[in-house]
Amino acid sequence: MLRAQGITAAYGDAQALFGIDFSMSVGEIVALIGANGAGKSTFLKTITGLLPLRSGELEFEGQSLRSLDAGDIVKLGIAMVPEGRRLFPSLTVEENLLMGALSGRKGSWNLSRVFQLFPILEEKRNVPSTSLSGGQQQMVAIGRALMSNPRLLLCDEISLGLAPVVIREIYSALPSIMEEGMSLLIVEQDVQLAMQASSRVVCLQEGLVSLEGKSSELSRDQISKAYFGL
Amino acid sequence: MTEIILQGLLLGGLYALFALGQSLMFGVMRLTNTAQGDFIILGGFFSISMVAATGLSPGLGLLVLIPLAFIAGYALQRCVLNYTLGRDPLPSLVVTFGLSIIIQNFLLEMYSADPKSLEAGSIALASFSISDLTVGVLPLLTFGIAVLATMLLQALFSYTSLGRSFRAVSDDREAAQLMGLKPAIVYAQATGIAFMLIALAGGLQAMRTTIAPADGPLLLLFAFEAVIIGGMGSFWGTLVGALLLGLTQQIGFRLDPGWGIWFGHLMFLVVLVIRPQGLFPKTRG
Repeated sequence: MLRAQGITAAYGDAQALFGIDFSMSVGEIVALIGANGAGKSTFLKTITGLLPLRSGELEFEGQSLRSLDAGDIVKLGIAMVPEGRRLFPSLTVEENLLMGALSGRKGSWNLSRVFQLFPILEEKRNVPSTSLSGGQQQMVAIGRALMSNPRLLLCDEISLGLAPVVIREIYSALPSIMEEGMSLLIVEQDVQLAMQASSRVVCLQEGLVSLEGKSSELSRDQISKAYFGL
Repeated sequence: MTEIILQGLLLGGLYALFALGQSLMFGVMRLTNTAQGDFIILGGFFSISMVAATGLSPGLGLLVLIPLAFIAGYALQRCVLNYTLGRDPLPSLVVTFGLSIIIQNFLLEMYSADPKSLEAGSIALASFSISDLTVGVLPLLTFGIAVLATMLLQALFSYTSLGRSFRAVSDDREAAQLMGLKPAIVYAQATGIAFMLIALAGGLQAMRTTIAPADGPLLLLFAFEAVIIGGMGSFWGTLVGALLLGLTQQIGFRLDPGWGIWFGHLMFLVVLVIRPQGLFPKTRG
């Protein structure tokens, strides 16, 4: 469903991606790992249209994303849970969730289904999103992305800054949000967590794919080498 | 004393209309429109021309002008001001300052330097008495419109999808894009609404008194003071700031006819020293 070929991207003069080839199929959970600065978040930003492609081809279900902006890409069915959650501080929990539905597709995800998945959010629906704990904020960020009824959900560092028990709670919710035809691309610093949650792992190093394989088949040494370039 | 308070609050109502558009544009996109006063005067002159050309009553003329002002504001933001936005506030300041000069010279060329006013007919002179107080109908109507405009703006921000979009784009532009919002369009909608308020303020100012092409900067100053006293980005704060400004000016006028505006500036400075963030910062939403 997603195919990237020779993707390059840059922040001004600083090039971050140097020709990434990547693809994923419908229903897959892929973990994108790599050290800080490897280009993981940059790659997600190019998929969502927040960062323009310099060169290469990017297709989602056969349609080129090259000339589309972030708004058009959401409508196609790609949603992102951004790093650091990026909730809207002046909006309540419910208002944050409703923002996700603003331009999304029609589908089964709505407020009541998000509240079913994360019941605590229903209790806190009218409070400012900033008054929640980190884990609850992450639930809002995931719920907000689901409200657009995505076919591809991108999760950028959803475990960052959270207590282990909260991380387990959030990761345990991921399989239940996978619907038929939905795919998940997870960027994760915690390699072990990434391996457990995914069926396939792609490792980036300095803006290039350094390793790719089934999560169950890759050895620790292979990953260390691809991760650190040792 | 009661009369001073009443007249001060009524004057403050008009200042609130000068300031609400400024508060809205700053709240949504952190843009300080230094041509705010000139756009108000432009709105005043256009309302005079509109009434003269169509023969409509001043009220109806304003009602026709307001949607046109929305289109003008939307177009200005889409075609010019969006390109000045960014981390550096300087480009928008310089461009709106340039617009201020262009508008003043345009008005001088089109209407000459002579002060003009919008003949509001009998309503301009109408008044009624409550015990020993005399209340002008037009200032009271202006005050009512200012309070209503504040309420509507606050309701728009708090309870509508458009208001959520305004707040979301203001909070985090990139995250808002991930929700499918196009900030360039959201900003244009905000400026369109701000220009509706500007046209309203211009028409009412031209009904209340005479206007001249060089009046804009003073109105900008009043708008600025009201917004900053109230707290940036807060509509109720802006209304309270404007009412305080009107009240203080009125007290100054009573003490000495030359002290009114100066008194207003003094109060503004006192608020800046004691509470630089304003009285009600970011209370919207």
